[in-house]
Amino acid sequence: MCGIVGLFLKDKSLEPRLGELLSEMLVSLSDRGPDSAGIAIYSAGDKKKSKITIQSADPDTDFAGLGNELEKVLGGKVGLIVKSTHAVIEVPTEKLEAARGAILEARPSVRIMGAGEVIEIFKEVGLPADVVKRFNLTKMSGTHGIGHTRMATESAVTTMGAHPFSTGPDQCLVHNGSLSNHNNVRRELKHDGMTFETENDTEVAAAFISNKMAHGDNLGQALEKTLTDLDGFFTFVVGTKNGFGVVRDPIACKPAVMAETDQYVAFGSEYRALANLPGIDGARVWEPEPAKVYFWEH
Amino acid sequence: MPTVDLAKSSLRELNHALHQIKAGSNETAWEVINPKGSHAVAAGVDQPVQVDVRGSVGYYCGGMNDGGAITVHGSAGPGVGENMMSGTIVVKGDASQYAGATGRGGLLVIEGNASSRCGISMKGIDIVVHGNIGHMSAFMAQSGNLVVLGDAGDALGDSIYEAKLFVRGKVNSLGADCVKKKMHPKHLERLRKLLDAAGVTGVKPEEFTRYGSARTLYNFNIDNADAY
Repeated sequence: MCGIVGLFLKDKSLEPRLGELLSEMLVSLSDRGPDSAGIAIYSAGDKKKSKITIQSADPDTDFAGLGNELEKVLGGKVGLIVKSTHAVIEVPTEKLEAARGAILEARPSVRIMGAGEVIEIFKEVGLPADVVKRFNLTKMSGTHGIGHTRMATESAVTTMGAHPFSTGPDQCLVHNGSLSNHNNVRRELKHDGMTFETENDTEVAAAFISNKMAHGDNLGQALEKTLTDLDGFFTFVVGTKNGFGVVRDPIACKPAVMAETDQYVAFGSEYRALANLPGIDGARVWEPEPAKVYFWEH
Repeated sequence: MPTVDLAKSSLRELNHALHQIKAGSNETAWEVINPKGSHAVAAGVDQPVQVDVRGSVGYYCGGMNDGGAITVHGSAGPGVGENMMSGTIVVKGDASQYAGATGRGGLLVIEGNASSRCGISMKGIDIVVHGNIGHMSAFMAQSGNLVVLGDAGDALGDSIYEAKLFVRGKVNSLGADCVKKKMHPKHLERLRKLLDAAGVTGVKPEEFTRYGSARTLYNFNIDNADAY
């Protein structure tokens, strides 16, 4: 089943409440997927700095002293904020790639959840309410975000199998459905230099979109290509540095409902997720059409 | 008039109370507030009571309804009126996928648009949609009437049996074995009654086109014997 949510703010005054609103949306869909949950939040960024979200099975050991070690290797200021099993590392943007290598060198057991100028990703095994609490997600502010609560079908219930999947700078994707040609598409993407962390079908969809965007497509064009190249059932919600997109496969059996007001564009697997948003009674609420790409950019 | 606030009462309390209504009861008008997308609101009603739901509902609202008159003052999620036996369900807003699926009787009115698979496998229900319907509607529809004042999506009536489809707007494409059919006086009369029952005014039965089964798919054809 799975539940997915997305919220793209148009009104800056709501930005301090992004984490709170998105968390409530996600928790309302808990019974669509109790296995694991995750949220990606895009906060207003400073181009000079970038963030890398990392995860560890042994955070006390792995995160201790990591900031100082990275400062020595990279020769610049490095920020490190620990949130439960995750840590957000802030580095100068020009050192982002070097930092990625340095982190894995210093702590081979940590996993990189995502990186970019503005994205932070938090995901874990467990109920949405527990995941929200663990990472204190309700306190986060930002411009847009997406979330997922998982009922696993295609791969194991693990932290790395949880959504969102991030496969490119400031990009991430959540998915309700299952893909049938993901092994072939993964193989093709590997030939083109993409790397994968899991055997999960959704990671392939995320990497597919990242790959198309790396070759020059905008978000809308990349989403169009999922309709021809990916086989299976899907409703995707995708985040980029300044954008938010939605696409459903032509059969469209995975539910989706959207709402738009002057303040936001919101997505939910069900209306329940949208029912408590501010101004929902006056919102335009609609079901996104099958095989039609929707996207918004700041 | 009993009012059930789903912000305070559980869905199970609401449906249990509705299921406890005995024949001849005086509690014939119920109101449900704060549904906020709840699933299975007023499912399994089996007495002729009016239930007004103030807001939008989730999956399977009014499922298996047998005699109730349920009005959703909002939109409905997937499967509204699924397997309805008799009675009426009116959705003031839009309906999601498979509205009226497998319905055996009664009248389902959607005053907005319905999504994909509207009336899938319908078995006697009448469905009137004021707006448009999505793809694969009336798939394997067996009997009953589907009336659409707007347009129909792709593959209307795929593998249809004996349900009758009336569409006023354009049809994107017809499914396998579904064909345009002539409108006879009895069909115009049937349509007039359905439009009246659904509270539609200012629309003439003559504005519709009838679609139904070409009967080449579900009847045995000796030329296909080799395929078995």
